[in-house]
Amino acid sequence: MSSSISFTHNKYYSWCRNNLFSSWINGIITILSIYFIYEVSSFFLNWTIFEADFVNNFRGEKITDRTFCSKNIEPGQHGACWAIIIVRFHQFIYGFYPVEEAWRVNLVYGLLPFALVGIFFDNLPFRKYFIYFTFLFPFIGYFLLYGGAGLDVVGTSKWGGLLVTLFLGVTGILLAFPLSIILALGRRSKMPVIKTICIIFIEFIRGVPLITLLFTANVMLPLFLPEGVRPDNLLRALVAVTLFQSAYMAEAIRGGLQAIPKGQLEAAQSLGLTYWQSTRKIILPQALKISIPPIVNTCIGLFKDTSLVLIIGLFDLLGVGRAAVADIDWAKLHYEVYVFISLVFFIFCFGMSRYSLYLEKKLKTDNS
Amino acid sequence: MTEQVIQLEKVNKWYDDFHVLKDIDLSVDKGQKIVICGPSGSGKSTMIRCINRLEAHQEGKIVVHGTELTNDLKNIDLIRKNVGMVFQQFNLFPHLSVLDNISLAPIWVKKMPKKEAEEIAMSYLEKVKIPEQAEKFPGQLSGGQQQRVAIARSLAMNPDIMLFDEPTSALDPEMIKEVLDVMIQLAEEGMTMLVVTHEMGFAKTVADQMIFMDEGRIVEQATPDEFFNNPKSDRTKLFLSQILNH
Repeated sequence: MSSSISFTHNKYYSWCRNNLFSSWINGIITILSIYFIYEVSSFFLNWTIFEADFVNNFRGEKITDRTFCSKNIEPGQHGACWAIIIVRFHQFIYGFYPVEEAWRVNLVYGLLPFALVGIFFDNLPFRKYFIYFTFLFPFIGYFLLYGGAGLDVVGTSKWGGLLVTLFLGVTGILLAFPLSIILALGRRSKMPVIKTICIIFIEFIRGVPLITLLFTANVMLPLFLPEGVRPDNLLRALVAVTLFQSAYMAEAIRGGLQAIPKGQLEAAQSLGLTYWQSTRKIILPQALKISIPPIVNTCIGLFKDTSLVLIIGLFDLLGVGRAAVADIDWAKLHYEVYVFISLVFFIFCFGMSRYSLYLEKKLKTDNS
Repeated sequence: MTEQVIQLEKVNKWYDDFHVLKDIDLSVDKGQKIVICGPSGSGKSTMIRCINRLEAHQEGKIVVHGTELTNDLKNIDLIRKNVGMVFQQFNLFPHLSVLDNISLAPIWVKKMPKKEAEEIAMSYLEKVKIPEQAEKFPGQLSGGQQQRVAIARSLAMNPDIMLFDEPTSALDPEMIKEVLDVMIQLAEEGMTMLVVTHEMGFAKTVADQMIFMDEGRIVEQATPDEFFNNPKSDRTKLFLSQILNH
């Protein structure tokens, strides 16, 4: 046997050969693509990191407004000026929440994972207690954020930034979930009245843009309510977002329900299970499992759509960003602001997407 | 005196305009084994599915254990607790392990403690000879094993009547025997059984009564001896010649 290592049998070499350079055309495309990736990523990395300003500019001065940004001082400088994010970081995360009370928001952010982990992972030790906490969390969270009973009241008009985005996104999705299951089951019900109500609700909400719903909730809802009842602005947006999401999620779940063979219900019934027992133990677990990809799809869609609330005067993450861009002290720093906002949205949406893949894998029970 | 457990009197059923069951009269005694055969579309499955109200009949009377089947949900629940059913397509719950498939109904319908229900589930799995598969999911079993689990799942509710709707029709030939063996064992233990099947060997071994159905009617009802050796109607003769001589 030859002792020299044959280069042609190296597995990386053969992989490249088979996949990247299998023909002349393929080889040229590969080289062009590598060049393109290099150009784009080197530009982006230089802009975001290597040539960028963070706290201080290239002269070492602390940046307090846009005139200190390197690119506004020296014509040759192109890097991003992240100081706008750093200086206004409080606003991006908390909105106009008083600085001295921000610990309350931090505490809620910190507790949120503990509230969600019980729903998301069923093999957790002491899961029962995490679930108890999940049900307590809305009350704790509301008390901490809004205040009262010892804590200073911070009205929702002062909430903003990521706080509003997460509040609408997370609460909207969690409230819409049970509602959407009821709607999906109702739409398949044999009882004509319930069925009709569900169809009308779903079709009406789906047939209307979210912006319209937000306007309706914001402007028209007070007209229908008795004099003096003025529901909170944020709460109105939450109602609109929840209804919107529940209609979409209901349709995703209905798709799953339709995919369950009739024999499943028949088998459950022949064993003596009631409609609700069959639905809860047999039909829904299977239907929801099939519906994970479309459900997560609507959740991601909704999370991003929460940015629309800026048109009814709420300052979510995007709203705060736009306010930052409009500030004369920091004008013309759009790119930095929008890249930062995109990154924050991306982290949450990508997280949801990964979680759905994890769920699909975990719930797989056949050999395929 | 023998006790009547199922009675059908002048049962009629329609799917829209299609008349599926025509004036069905049938009475089943406790411990009786009845095998029902007939060409497809003859209404055999529909008839046994009416007995546990998976299908509703429109005319006539069905009485199980002295309880008449009507729209009254209480009666339906009561009857379903005592009537087990095995389906052609097994209809196991794919998201639950074999053990959970079997213990589900005892836990939720009979409100049995989980541990006790699982012990019962294991005992029935031993009865159908696959206790080693308890932790697997249905998708990991062969067709024959799945159908045996389905039988164990029905038995775990301790029914006194078992309905079998073509239990071996979806199985590969080499798996049919393992399922039929379980059914024969069940018959020997005195279970009341209504079996829709074309397994004539099984019918000869087990049946007390043979029923031949065609176009929604019971054409012939006889003991297996008479049925196979001396069928009365021409339609039965034709059917038997077709399935016995292929």
